[in-house]
Amino acid sequence: MSRSEGMRGGRRSLQVKFVPDEDVLKHISDDAGTKVRKDKAQLSVSVKRFVKKLENISDNEAQEILEEKNYVAALGICAQDPVGNGSNISGGEVYSFQTPKRSNKMAELASELAQTPEKNVAPDHSKCPEKMAKTPQSSKRSSSNKVQQRSKKKEFVSTTPYRLRKRLAAPDPYLESESEYSASCSEEEDEDEQKEVSTVLSDQKTPAKTKAASTPPPRNSLAKKNKEQKMGNLVEEYFEAHSSSKVLTSDRTLQKLRKRRLDQQTLHDLLKNAPLAYAAEIRDLNQQHESLFSKWMLQLHLGFNIVLYGLGSKRDLLEKFRTSLLQDSVHLVVNGYFPSITVRSILNSITEEVLDHIGTFRSPLDQLEFITKRFKEDSSLELYVLIHNLDSQMLRGERSQQILAQLSSLPSIYLIASIDHINAPLMWDQAKLSLYNWLWYETTTFNPYVEETSYENSLLVQQSGSLALSSLMHVLHSLTLNARGIFRLLAQYQLEKKDNPSYPGLSFQDFYQQCREAFLVNSDLTLRAQLTEFRDHKLIRTKRGADGVEYLIIPVDDSTLTDFLEKEDEDV
Amino acid sequence: MSTCSVSKGCFVFKPSTKKRRFSDKTAHDFRCASNDSEDTELRFVTCQSLWNQIKSETEQIQENLNKQLLDNLVSFLSRSHSDFQEKTTEWTCRMKFREIPTAALVLGVNITDHDLTFRGLSDVLQDNITPYVALLEAKDCPGIKNLMQKLMGQLMKCDIDVDSLEDEDCVQVSQNKIRCSMPSLISWYDSVTKKTDSETPSKKRNFSSRHWQSPPVVVIFKDMESFTTKVLQDFIVISSQHIHELPLVLIFGIATSPMIIHRLLPHPVSSLLCIELFQSLSCKEHLSTIIDKLLLTSQFPFKLGEKVLQVLINIFLYHDFSVQNFIKGFQLCIVEHFYSQPLSVLCCHLVDIKKRVYSLSHDQCENIRRLPSFRRYVEKQDSGKQIELLTNDSFLKEETEKLLEDLHVYHENYVQILRCLHVFTSSLPKYPLGKQIRELHCACLENRVWETEEYESSLQLARMLNKTDLVTMLQQCVEILMSSSGKEFDRAVEKLKEFLTQFQNLEAEASQERGVSVSPQKELQKKTDLYHLQKTLLELKESRRSKKLTKFEMLRFEVVDYIDSLVRRYLVPADERTLHEIMYFNAAAVLRGHLNAAPRTALHTALNSPHWYLKNQALRYDGGGISNKAPDICIVYKLHLECGRLINLVDWLEAFSTVVMAAEEPNADEASSDQVDDVIHARFIRAVSELELLGFIKPSKQKTDHVARLTWGGC
Repeated sequence: MSRSEGMRGGRRSLQVKFVPDEDVLKHISDDAGTKVRKDKAQLSVSVKRFVKKLENISDNEAQEILEEKNYVAALGICAQDPVGNGSNISGGEVYSFQTPKRSNKMAELASELAQTPEKNVAPDHSKCPEKMAKTPQSSKRSSSNKVQQRSKKKEFVSTTPYRLRKRLAAPDPYLESESEYSASCSEEEDEDEQKEVSTVLSDQKTPAKTKAASTPPPRNSLAKKNKEQKMGNLVEEYFEAHSSSKVLTSDRTLQKLRKRRLDQQTLHDLLKNAPLAYAAEIRDLNQQHESLFSKWMLQLHLGFNIVLYGLGSKRDLLEKFRTSLLQDSVHLVVNGYFPSITVRSILNSITEEVLDHIGTFRSPLDQLEFITKRFKEDSSLELYVLIHNLDSQMLRGERSQQILAQLSSLPSIYLIASIDHINAPLMWDQAKLSLYNWLWYETTTFNPYVEETSYENSLLVQQSGSLALSSLMHVLHSLTLNARGIFRLLAQYQLEKKDNPSYPGLSFQDFYQQCREAFLVNSDLTLRAQLTEFRDHKLIRTKRGADGVEYLIIPVDDSTLTDFLEKEDEDV
Repeated sequence: MSTCSVSKGCFVFKPSTKKRRFSDKTAHDFRCASNDSEDTELRFVTCQSLWNQIKSETEQIQENLNKQLLDNLVSFLSRSHSDFQEKTTEWTCRMKFREIPTAALVLGVNITDHDLTFRGLSDVLQDNITPYVALLEAKDCPGIKNLMQKLMGQLMKCDIDVDSLEDEDCVQVSQNKIRCSMPSLISWYDSVTKKTDSETPSKKRNFSSRHWQSPPVVVIFKDMESFTTKVLQDFIVISSQHIHELPLVLIFGIATSPMIIHRLLPHPVSSLLCIELFQSLSCKEHLSTIIDKLLLTSQFPFKLGEKVLQVLINIFLYHDFSVQNFIKGFQLCIVEHFYSQPLSVLCCHLVDIKKRVYSLSHDQCENIRRLPSFRRYVEKQDSGKQIELLTNDSFLKEETEKLLEDLHVYHENYVQILRCLHVFTSSLPKYPLGKQIRELHCACLENRVWETEEYESSLQLARMLNKTDLVTMLQQCVEILMSSSGKEFDRAVEKLKEFLTQFQNLEAEASQERGVSVSPQKELQKKTDLYHLQKTLLELKESRRSKKLTKFEMLRFEVVDYIDSLVRRYLVPADERTLHEIMYFNAAAVLRGHLNAAPRTALHTALNSPHWYLKNQALRYDGGGISNKAPDICIVYKLHLECGRLINLVDWLEAFSTVVMAAEEPNADEASSDQVDDVIHARFIRAVSELELLGFIKPSKQKTDHVARLTWGGC
C-alpha cells in the first residue's frame, strides 16, 4: 500500500480524499503533518471505526495493532518541532519502485517550471491540495519526439496572458487542477498531436476528471474501484519498468553541444563569482544551528557522540564549532571526503601527533588497543574528533566503521561527525550504533558542497586534462630523445586509430618493426627495456590479446594525446 | 591553520598545555549553554546526582536479574571439571570421548546488552571459579591463528594479574614472542598450576580459598554466530585433543537459537562438545523490571510524560530490543529536561523542596506564573487569591510548595492504584487495557482512562469474573495498598478487607441456598398439564429476565464500582495536575529527533520543498512543488525524478538551463537559450556532483554522457 501511495505525487494527493479506512490509518503514520490536519474529521471517524474493528480481530493481532496505533500516535508528534524537522513525510513517498518514465518528461517539467513565476501569484496555497496533480498530464503527453520538441518550444514562448486568461476564465480554482490547465494548453496549441494521443488520453483522463467532480455519496465504491485500478496500474507499471533492459534516452552527447568542458579551476572561478542564492535565509538557518553549539559540547561530555545530517555542506558549521569552542583543547579534524583517507591515517595521527608515540603497529587493531590503553591510563587526556563525511567512500567499509566506533566509545574521546549519503545509516548495525552512541541532529544548511565535491572525479569536469598532460610532458622530458621518439610513434599510431572503437592497441611485433624502420632501436631487447620504463611511469599499459600477442596502449584520452603531440611539435 | 588540503586528510590541533582548560568542563558547558536563567549550578548538580542514582539502580537491577543465570553457570562450571581435580576413573573413561564441557548461553537478539552480561559473567567467574577467563569476539578472530593469539594473550595477562607482585620479569615476556599453539598453552598452564602449588603457604591459602588447585580455563565466545565455521571447528577439534591436559570449558554466547550450534558445526565436531543450555531473561522482562523500578516508583522525582515514554518504548519494541538504549534515552530525557526547563531546579526530593522553593528568584517566580498548568490553576481560584498569586512572590512560593507536595503525594498514590488496576486488567480476556503495566501506565497518562472505551470494556469484563479470581485479586490489591507508606489508603484497605470477609460469608450462605434454588425445577417436573407447563415456563422466563441478582453478583458489582471510584480519584492524568511541567518531561519530538532520526526524509524535504527550511516567499509554491527559483540542487533533483534508469546529461543540462534562465529573466527571448551560459553550466556541474555525493546518481559507462539513477520515488 505504501508503495502505491508514493508512485506519483500527483495521484497521491488526489487520493487523500478517497482512501478506505485502513489506508487512512496508515496515512496517519505516514504524515502527521499538514495534510492530515486538512481531513481531520474524516480521520478521527476512521480511527474510531478502526478501534471498533479491533474487537473482532484475534487477540494477539489486536494487541499488535493497538501498539502500532500508539506508535503512530507517539511518533506523529514531530510536526511541532521548531527547528524545521522534515520528518513528516511518508516512507512510501521516499522509498518506492522504479516507474516507467518517458523520455521527454524532463524537458516538459523544465518548461513547466520555467513558467512557474506567473503561477505563483496565488497566495492561498493551503487551499489547493489538488494543484500538484500533474501526473495525468505527463502520461498524456506521450508522443513522438519531434512534436514534443516543438511543443516544448512553443510552450516556452507562450507567455502569461494566455495562461492568465485561462486562469481568470476558470470558475473555481479549487476544483480545476493545475494539470488540466497545462493539459488544455497543449491541447489547443498542437491540435494534431491531440488527435494522435486522444485515444491514449481518454482512459487516463476520465478517472481524473470524475475524481475531481465526484460527490461524497459514491465515494466508497469509487475509492475501491480507484484502488483496484491503481493496484493494476502499479503492477503493470512495475513490469513495464523492469521488463526491457533497453533504456530509452536520447543519444545526444556533450561533445555535440559544441561546448568545451570546464576544468576544475575555471569551474571553481565561475562558481565563486556566481552569487549564492538565498544567502540571507541560509545564514539564518546556520545561525539556528550555531545556537546549539554549547548543547553539543554538553552532550559530548556526557558520553554521547553527535552526528549531523541534512542537505548542505556541514563543513563550515563544524569548522565554526571547532574555532569557537575547541580552540583550547586537543582536537583532530578528519576530512572524510579526502580521496585517500584511511582509518590507518586517522589512527596514525592520533598515536603520532596526539600521543607522541614513535613506532609502528602491526595492525589497526593493535593500534586501537594501544590508544585505548593510553586513554584509559591517563584520565587527563581528552580528544575531540571531528569527521567531515563519516560516510565517505574510504571510511564506509565495515572494518573502518568498526574501528571508528570503538574509538568513539572511549569515554574521553568526543566524536562529532557529519553524514550526507542517503544510505549512510545502513553502515551501522546495532552493535556499532551502541558503540557510537549517537545523538542525531538535523542540520540542513543548504550550503554548497564545495570542498566535498572538489576531489570527486566529477562527471562533467574535464578531469584528466591539464594534470595528465603536464605529467606526461614532465616524464618525457627526462627521457632520451630516442625514448621520446618511441612514445611519439605509439601516440601517433593510437591517434590514427582513434575512430576504431575496437582498437586493441599496437602489437609488440608491429611496434618493433616501426621502431626499427625509424632507426629508434636496434634490437627488441632495447625496446623492451624502454617499454619497461614507460610502464613504470604508467605511460603505457600492456594487454595480452586473445591470440597471446602483447598489445600496447596509452591510457590517456585522445584530446590530451593530441595536445601532447602539438606541444611536442612546438618543442622540437 | 586551515583544514583544506590536497595532500592530507587528518589535522591535529594541539594547543599549548598552558591554555588547556582542566576545570569541570561539563558543569561549565551546562552553565554557558543555559545562560538564560539562574540556578544552573544547582540544576546541573541535581541532574548529575539523579542520573548517577538511576545509573546505579539500573546496574543493580541488571545484576539481580542475571543472578540466577550466573549462579547456574557457576555451578555448571564447578561441576564440569570436578573430575579433573580428582582424577577418577570415570573421568578417564569420559576423556576417551574427548568431550569438552560447553555452556550454550542463549541471550536474545539485543546484542547491545550482551556486553554487560558478559562483563558480569567474567567478573563472577574470576571471583569464584577460575582466574583464567578469556573473552573472544568474532571480529578479533578471523583465523585460528588470531584466535589462539588472542586467547593466550588474555590468559597470560590474567596470569600476570595474579602474581604481578612477586616476579616482574615474567611479565615482560611479550605475548607476541610465544609461539601460539596448544602445546605452549598447556605448558604455560602446567607451569602456572605448579607454581601455585609450590608457593608459600600464606599465598597459597589466599589463592586457593577462591579457586581450586587446577582451575578450569574458560573461553567465552561472545558472538558465536559471527565466528567463521572453520575457525570454530578447528579450535574445537584441536582443543578436544588436549582436553586431558587442559581443563577447558567453552561458553557460547548465542543471540538467535541453540539450533545455530548444529548449523555451524557439523556432527563430528559438535559431538566433541558436551553442551548444556542456559537461557537468559528475555529483554522484555528486563524492560518491565526497569520500568517498574525507575518509573513506577516515587524514589525519583523526575518523571516521563506519556509521549516520551511511548517513544522510548516504541524504539525498544520496534527497533532494537535494547535495554541499554532505553536507559540511554532515559538519560537523554533527564539531561534535556534539566537543560531546557529552568524550573527543573524544583525537580528534587520532597525534603529539599521547601528550601529550594524559598530561594527562588523573582524571575523564576515569573517562570512559574508562565506555566500553562499554573495559569489554569490560577483561573480556578477566586479573584483575591488570583491577585495574590500573580503579584506576591512569597505567597506564590508557599502555594508552590504546597502544590509540589501535592504532586508528590499524587504520584505515590497514582502508582499504588495503578498497580491495583493492573492486577484486574492483566487477567481479563483479550487484555483491553494491555497485558503489561507499562501499557496501562501509558493509557493512564495519556488521558482520563475512565473515559476510554477500553476501560469501559474492561470493567464489563471485570463484572463477569468468577469468585476465586476476584478474591485473589482483592487480596493482591490489599497487599499492594498495605505496602504503601502513607495513610492515604487505610480506608481503602479496610473497605477491601470488608469485601473479602463478605465473600467468605457468601460461601457459607451459598451452601444453604443451594437447597432452595433447586425447588422451581422440581415443581416443573411435577406439573404435567400443558397449560400449566406453558404458564410456568413463561413465568420462569420472566423471572430470569428480571432476575434478581444473587448476592455474589451484587457484591461483585460493588467491588468493581469501588475500584472504579478509586481509579477516578487517583489515576488522573499527570498533565491535568498543576505544576506537572516541573517533574514531567514531555518534549517527545526532541527526543525522537535525536534518537530515531530519519536522515533520508530530511533530505527529501529539503530537496522537494526548500521553503520548509529557507523562509523566503519566492520559494513558497502551491501544494508542495517547487518554484523555478529554488536552489539549483532542488531543481536538478526535481528534473532527474522525471527520468528512467539512465539520464542523459545533455538533456538534463538543457532542461536545467531552461528553468534557470526563466527564473532569472522571465522574458528572455529564445535565442539566448540556445547557448548554455558558462555560469549555468558550472552551477549544473556543481548540483550534479552534489547529487552524486548524496547518492542519488552515479556515473554510468553504459552510454556516453549518461548517469545512472539510484533511487526511485520521491515525487
